[in-house]
Amino acid sequence: MRFSIFRYDPDKDQKPYMQDYELEGLSADTMVLEAITKIKVMDETLSFRRSCGEGVCGSDGMNINGSNRLACITPISELKKPIVIRPLPGMPVIKDLIVDLSQFFHQYRSVKPYLITHDPEPEIERLQSPEERDRLDGLYECILCACCSTSCPSFWWNPDKFRGPAALLQASRFIEDSRDQATAERLSELDGPYRLFRCHTIMNCTNVCPKHLNPSKAISDIKKQLVKHII
Amino acid sequence: MGVTNYATFGVLMNIRRRKFDSLVIGAGGGGLRAALQLAQADANVAVVSKVFPTRSHTVAAQGGINAALANVLPDNWHWHMYDTIKGSDYLADQDAVEYMCRTASKLVYELEHAGVPFSRLENGKIYQRPFGGQSQDFGGAQAARTCAAADRTGHVLLHTLYQQNIHAKTHFFDEYFAIDLIKDDDGFILGAVVLEIETGEPMIIEAKTTLLATGGVGRIYRTNTNARINTGDGMGMALRAGIPLQDMEFFQFHPTGIAGKGMLITEGSRGEGGYLLNKHGERFMEKYAPNAKDLASRDVVSRAIFTEVKEGRGVGENGDHVLLKLDHLGADVVKKRLPGIRDMCLTFLGIDPIDTPIPIYPTAHYTMGGIPTNRHGQVVVPIRHSAEETIPGLYAAGECACVSVHGANRLGGNSLLDIVVFGRAAGNHIIDFLKDHRYHRPINEASIEHALARLSRWDQKGDGESVDGLRSELQKEMEDHCGVYRTQDILDEGVKKIQAIQKRLPDVRLTDHSKVFNTARIEALELENLVEVALATVHSAAARHESRGAHSRVDFPDRDDKNWLKHTLYYAQEQRLDYKPVRMQPLTVESFPPKERVY
Repeated sequence: MRFSIFRYDPDKDQKPYMQDYELEGLSADTMVLEAITKIKVMDETLSFRRSCGEGVCGSDGMNINGSNRLACITPISELKKPIVIRPLPGMPVIKDLIVDLSQFFHQYRSVKPYLITHDPEPEIERLQSPEERDRLDGLYECILCACCSTSCPSFWWNPDKFRGPAALLQASRFIEDSRDQATAERLSELDGPYRLFRCHTIMNCTNVCPKHLNPSKAISDIKKQLVKHII
Repeated sequence: MGVTNYATFGVLMNIRRRKFDSLVIGAGGGGLRAALQLAQADANVAVVSKVFPTRSHTVAAQGGINAALANVLPDNWHWHMYDTIKGSDYLADQDAVEYMCRTASKLVYELEHAGVPFSRLENGKIYQRPFGGQSQDFGGAQAARTCAAADRTGHVLLHTLYQQNIHAKTHFFDEYFAIDLIKDDDGFILGAVVLEIETGEPMIIEAKTTLLATGGVGRIYRTNTNARINTGDGMGMALRAGIPLQDMEFFQFHPTGIAGKGMLITEGSRGEGGYLLNKHGERFMEKYAPNAKDLASRDVVSRAIFTEVKEGRGVGENGDHVLLKLDHLGADVVKKRLPGIRDMCLTFLGIDPIDTPIPIYPTAHYTMGGIPTNRHGQVVVPIRHSAEETIPGLYAAGECACVSVHGANRLGGNSLLDIVVFGRAAGNHIIDFLKDHRYHRPINEASIEHALARLSRWDQKGDGESVDGLRSELQKEMEDHCGVYRTQDILDEGVKKIQAIQKRLPDVRLTDHSKVFNTARIEALELENLVEVALATVHSAAARHESRGAHSRVDFPDRDDKNWLKHTLYYAQEQRLDYKPVRMQPLTVESFPPKERVY
């Protein structure tokens, strides 16, 4: 089975190139991460990030056959051959499949991704009804793998100004939390032409999310809230 | 050490240096909870992590965190303490267990206030589920003590703690690998030499205190639930600094890993009502634990599965696993309470647990042993006068540490609790230490040279063994010689095999000598740690001639409190073993004396 993998070492290569590797005897349930780990045994220089190997830590987002996916939960059986693997698009490449995610995390930090409250804390838990808690489902599970934001053309053009789908999903996670008391500030911060409204509903984010979350819906929910807030 | 040659002198002159009040190595729940305590107290704190913080293995914890909130069934911290000590097979230190169980409720409320999206009950309070080894009233009816956010409790806890640290403006050094501790001649720990993975450049972080929070070491085994990063780096650093590891023979095999693959299926699935079946469709746990059944302690359930398979009652073509049945729970419960493991089954097995039982087998999961600490997170070792003298400036918390609150067997739901309780306790003690130690001590250059030599060794070129080859061998030998059931012959052979692997380490060579993001070099440094910790584990296991908790000896089937109610200490230097007493005296309540452990 042939794998065609993006290679670039800034100390040695003038420009990136694609390198082919052949792997034999892979079982049908092999995930892409296992396959490229086997390639790394043959060629130690191949570099990529990985940690949990089960789709919960978000380390191994990469572009597989043109789509951003987590290598550890993408079975080779469902991929057209040869399998073409590139780094997440639109970000500066550090080496091979490893990209610089500074902009991505900067945007994450910019939405103040933490609960903000003003009331004194009760001596037990704050109460939240199951229905209120249900509103966080589909928002809190994000693993920050960056598959969504790096598939978004608006984020490619304006990674410094547009928050991007991952950060906006986080913003929504706190706006929707019945315990959070900074909804007005959060909405005001997102007003303007870029931070939120660069989203043109292309939906790439939702299509690629490996956790089956829906950043696109989260963004449109924030837009609705913001309109209400302004009125 | 010793004479400085010109080459290293040049490096020492040019090497980058940063100074902080406090250094935290590791950005899982333990490290982040400690860093938060420090940052909120206005200490200047640096967190070094070899991965971006939310990639840490805490993220993979599923079932929940124990605290006697009594939201679902009657409960109190004293019952939790009893269960933890019984679960530990009486090897836990009872002062530390009392402290942990007393603090638990406060810290879970704190997490909720910080934003953790716990699942909720109809009355709006935090949802709690039953977990293994939990009882009401000191061994009575099943308790429901595990606070959960569906089956993603580790994820929400880690992300929330990271978010709080962003808020508190903690300094993060993401993707920096810690090579070794810096130690001076008076025994003070002064920080660490680290490697910036992106540039391949070393850096010195000077700090008045250093906290090791580097997690467990499941990667010494071939089939395990652990992330690839769980390579015992902090334990390796401690061993090289002359610090022993405690109770390493106690390694937890989680009863329900996905058979043949290892991914974790939470104990919460049994807490929600799931149970185990053998090939005859028998609910076999009734035989092994008539009262608690499928919610007996993990060591008990793992041994039962192992026995069923060994005696020919395993399921599948090769009869090599058993089944975890959830299909009677209904789609709603599985989707609402266990969505993560459902996803995992769909992805890795192509089955939906809503209608199909899950093939499972015990899998290496959790390191009960680790760097010896007291309940303030201070690293304690026998030096001159007592078995527990502190090493000034050095702390450890979480899975890399051994307080010990888990003793010979950890209860499910107690590890997320351990990391927040002792991460915070260490943070608090560090704040006090900083008040008494206002200035940095002069740095010890010899100690730095030593760490740099560890790094430059991997620049050697030429033919040699590969990192992957030796690591695979190590994991296979540990699985074959230090598994669920153990005997003297097999353990002795294991010691020899791992010693032989250690001897071959100097012959390992890298073929990749590039500087930028050289992950092969990181794996080589991790392999050194894995080998050291595997040796500690198999040595400690071979020496303990009794069965206690997770350490099951076929040749010594009984617990032997007369000779073995004591903690093991393993020193890398001369591969020497020592022992120290268990702290049987709690802080305020009466001691729980050892008694027969039945579920």
